[in-house]
Amino acid sequence: MSNRKKKSSRERWGLGESILTFIPGNSTYNSMRSRNARHGVLFILPLIIGFLVFMARPLVQSFIMSLCDVKMQVGSGFSMTFNGLTNYRYAFTVDPYFNQRLVEEVGRMAINSIATIVMSFVIAVILNQDFKGRTLARAIFFLPVILASGVLPGIESQNEFYNMMQGISEEIANSSGVNLSAALQDLLAVSGMGSGVFDILFQMIDAIYDIVMASGIQIIVFLSGLSAISPSLYEAADVEGCTAWEAFWKITFPMVSPLLLVNMIYTIIDFFMKNDNRVMERINEVMYSQFRFGESSAMSWIYFGVALLFIGISTVIISKGVQHYED
Amino acid sequence: MKTEKSSFREKNKRAGGYLLRANLKKWTISIVRGLLLFGLCFMIIQPMLTRLCTSLMEEKDLYDSTIVLLPRNVTLDNFRIVFDLTDFPRSMLNTIWTSFLVSIFQVASSTLVAYGFARYDFPLKRFWFGCVIAIIIIPPQTIATALYMNFASFDVFGIITAIRGSGLNLHGSIVPYVLMSATCMGLKNGLYIYMLRQYFRGIPKSLEEAAFVDGCSTLHTFWRIMLPDAMPTVLSCFLFSFVWQWTDLFYTRNFLSSMSIYSNQLSTIVSRMSRYFSSNSDVPVIVPVGRQQQLISIGVLICCIPLIILYVFTQRTFVESIAMSGSKE
Repeated sequence: MSNRKKKSSRERWGLGESILTFIPGNSTYNSMRSRNARHGVLFILPLIIGFLVFMARPLVQSFIMSLCDVKMQVGSGFSMTFNGLTNYRYAFTVDPYFNQRLVEEVGRMAINSIATIVMSFVIAVILNQDFKGRTLARAIFFLPVILASGVLPGIESQNEFYNMMQGISEEIANSSGVNLSAALQDLLAVSGMGSGVFDILFQMIDAIYDIVMASGIQIIVFLSGLSAISPSLYEAADVEGCTAWEAFWKITFPMVSPLLLVNMIYTIIDFFMKNDNRVMERINEVMYSQFRFGESSAMSWIYFGVALLFIGISTVIISKGVQHYED
Repeated sequence: MKTEKSSFREKNKRAGGYLLRANLKKWTISIVRGLLLFGLCFMIIQPMLTRLCTSLMEEKDLYDSTIVLLPRNVTLDNFRIVFDLTDFPRSMLNTIWTSFLVSIFQVASSTLVAYGFARYDFPLKRFWFGCVIAIIIIPPQTIATALYMNFASFDVFGIITAIRGSGLNLHGSIVPYVLMSATCMGLKNGLYIYMLRQYFRGIPKSLEEAAFVDGCSTLHTFWRIMLPDAMPTVLSCFLFSFVWQWTDLFYTRNFLSSMSIYSNQLSTIVSRMSRYFSSNSDVPVIVPVGRQQQLISIGVLICCIPLIILYVFTQRTFVESIAMSGSKE
């Protein structure tokens, strides 16, 4: 049954059929499939209109810009002359920072996004349990959603004088104060255990504030999935002699695993689009202070491609590894 | 007391040590959980607490190195200053109604689109879903300039020009942004579509089939059956949308710059400080960094507090009611 269903939804719309679907007065128009198709199109109509009106033109423009040599002219906007892939070559081979920062950020993202998912899942499981002060704990874990959004994260560090002071005070703290993770790292290095794995681990520990701050939405999404699991499943498992550990892997994990994909995609995008992301900084720099519009468009398209690649990879991995209970 | 203790021992003995083990396990779990939660919560809340403490300090307390957290001279004067600096009642009211309006449009359109994607099969479906992913991923900054120029003489494929002779100038009004929200192009709209679609796909198809057999029309099915079931997810999307709109700077700066919106006021608060303080004393004043930071922190606090209150009141409906409506097969 489910196999057949899958097949029918995968069936492609032929060109002729899709045109006939919207023209009344033929047998295809009157079929159930066409009726449903028309309803579906009506439902997504807002998106279609929005995309065509607001999104398509700027997108195409920016893509054309990335293939052109763009010069600002006084009074008359831009002049564009086609120059093929020169801008892309510039991004990869000439720009001193772009390459290096892209590699760095992608590496950081790979580690941080996995850490964020694991962290938010663990926290959601804990918050889903019954204990005193649960409402308070949930409210506190919602704070990152607010604090990491919009104007708030940058506002205090954008103050130039403050940054200066911050730099000085950090230096002092590093030279005199106790930095526990650094001390531990030194200790491990002395005892001959400072391998690559530990480096990653320490990187995560140092970034734990960032990770928690980035996992606000993910916690809520997981939490909503967890609380939708019917308690009778656990009761049945308990009666059958299932331990809590087994129940976690056989019930909890499979039931929320569809949400893994949503969260993973959200985490990746969130990381790629953060204002303090150094690739974004570079793109803005090239655009607004050097006025190299063509080059910066090329950079953002490369960046976009990398993000898309990552989303594709994680979608394939997760949807292969996750059982779907929904169909 | 003693009898109770012995009875526990006796019970434990009779159960072969099971009772003791179970109790120990329970206690260990709750202690570990408590420690973990306390640590993480403290980490999140500590900057807020610091802000709250410094916000109550008088200016001279800021420079007193013997004062770390607790203010010696408590004052609420700082709040008054920040209220003046951010044009408080007006900017807050504007923020409230614009956030409300925009998020309602965003969530309504996203819900419709998500339902269409979850349940219907139509030509070019994959292409349109690719567009949804694209609007999630593409940073609004990349299209901002082009959009801005677009709205200087707004037009839909030359239709408006044909009617009025020229494009509409929509700069400085809320209309373009509402239009964008209503057509799923607002702030993080693709994400809501994605989340809601995921939820709609989880609702058993048999519900709609039953409705169809009973002669329920498509819209009616959506309105009466699917929407009530999806309400918790819709609500959480609404909450996200509201919060993000509330703190958003990018769209606010581009589309609502003529209005006094709190996030915009907050982002430019530093530039207005020296003018504000010098107008009081007729002498140009350079506001010290510490004082600037203090006032910014207060601004951040004022921005967060309404949202936290909103969350505390709505979290029961949108996190916990999902369990009630769960009709998973």
